[in-house]
Amino acid sequence: MTHIAPRDEADRQRRAASYQKLVQRYKPRPPIGRNMLMAFVVGGGLCLLGQIFFNIFLGMALTPREAAAPTLAVMIFLGALATGFGIYDELAEIGGAGAAIPISGFSNTVTAAAMEFKREGFILGMGAKMFVIAGPVLVYGIITGFTVALIRVFLLGM
Amino acid sequence: MGKKQGDQTYLFESPPVLIGARAVVGPREAAGPLGQYFDLPIDDPLFGEKTAEKAERRFLIEACNATLEGVGIKNEDVDFFLAGDLLNQIISASFTAREIRLPFLGLYGACSTVAEASALAGFLIDGGFANNVLVGVSSHYQTAERQFRYPIELNLKHKLSSQYTVTGAGAFLYAKKGAGPQLEAATVGKVVDYQITDPNDMGAAMAPAAADTILQHLEDTGRDPDYYDLILTGDLGEVGMQLNAALLEQYGVTLGSRYQDCGAMIYGGNPAHGAGGSGCACAAVTVAGYVLKEMEKGKLNRVLVVATGALHSPLTWQQGESIPGIAHAIVLERQGYS
Repeated sequence: MTHIAPRDEADRQRRAASYQKLVQRYKPRPPIGRNMLMAFVVGGGLCLLGQIFFNIFLGMALTPREAAAPTLAVMIFLGALATGFGIYDELAEIGGAGAAIPISGFSNTVTAAAMEFKREGFILGMGAKMFVIAGPVLVYGIITGFTVALIRVFLLGM
Repeated sequence: MGKKQGDQTYLFESPPVLIGARAVVGPREAAGPLGQYFDLPIDDPLFGEKTAEKAERRFLIEACNATLEGVGIKNEDVDFFLAGDLLNQIISASFTAREIRLPFLGLYGACSTVAEASALAGFLIDGGFANNVLVGVSSHYQTAERQFRYPIELNLKHKLSSQYTVTGAGAFLYAKKGAGPQLEAATVGKVVDYQITDPNDMGAAMAPAAADTILQHLEDTGRDPDYYDLILTGDLGEVGMQLNAALLEQYGVTLGSRYQDCGAMIYGGNPAHGAGGSGCACAAVTVAGYVLKEMEKGKLNRVLVVATGALHSPLTWQQGESIPGIAHAIVLERQGYS
């Protein structure tokens, strides 16, 4: 009788390759159209909410430049609040990237990690691991921002 | 080598008897289609504890104590406690052993641990080293997410092929003599790796190991799949289950309608749980709950349980390695009920 377990390295590679094809056949396909629509609805909804706050701040006699900062602060706060109430991950289950990409989603990554690791204490747990998900975004965001600024300085001068 | 049959299978000469078992589950599992079979459904996934790790332990302690109480065996009459779980340093098992104070052998076979421990219990009893062996395994959605994946509240959309870790624990008491189903045989599996690297598709990673162990078992024993009323894999989920059946078809073995998977059964195909349940407790509570109660009723006579495990860690995955799978099989036969 033949066995699934491969006999040698060549056999292993051959079987793994044919198995990958089998896996592709049985792997469920995500409903891409529906996912895109829901990402648009949820992401668009969050942006609409942001725009409403932006307009409110404009109405309080702030310039568009000045109104951006409090708008972001409100969206960050709401993202953290919704995370605390256990709503934000449900929203992401519906909207996928539509919930993850806006700044409220970034707020969620920090808050979710803070909540998760609080049980290991405020210093070695929450403090140390709060940026475990958001960390790469910060690191590469700063590097990218710095590089782009450097290029601008070289091309256009100070 | 009188008890060894073929390459990897052991037929017990005087088969150990599974004299007691208990399944303790969390609310999601209790709400599933197998809910009525579970002995102790717990409403609070944290079981009144402050951390999920402590809660998982409570589930396991509860399952062990309830099993011992159920058969009326005192702690000092138990020779070995074989236990394992998914967490680093198998803390649920060893901290449970600290509470129940039995001679303890800790095991790690990922989600296959219940079959690994049961096979070892059989070897110890049939080998004359023990009269009573307690087996216990646990898993918890929150502890597994934290160890293998991401914070619970993170903005992630789950993949259709990803699985949901079962919250609960199962305990089994095997004895030299008594009333209950017999542990007739065990097949110890080999690690099989077909180069699956996606941790959201554990069923696909483990299916070749399950197929390998099933083939080996059938070859060693000379049995056909229809020898069994039920062939039950541990936690392949809906995707892995189809892959296992498809692989076996390639080798001319048709499992047909007698084939089921604990992971696919436990949440009843509810899409909120992806491709189904996983975790050490998945196979354990399904066997302790569903299988044993159906055997008691006489609806199942011979059951092949093939518990499957994915033997990776987040570290090996991050270092780009594929996910090795393992599967161990045990045979439960309905004899000796009195």
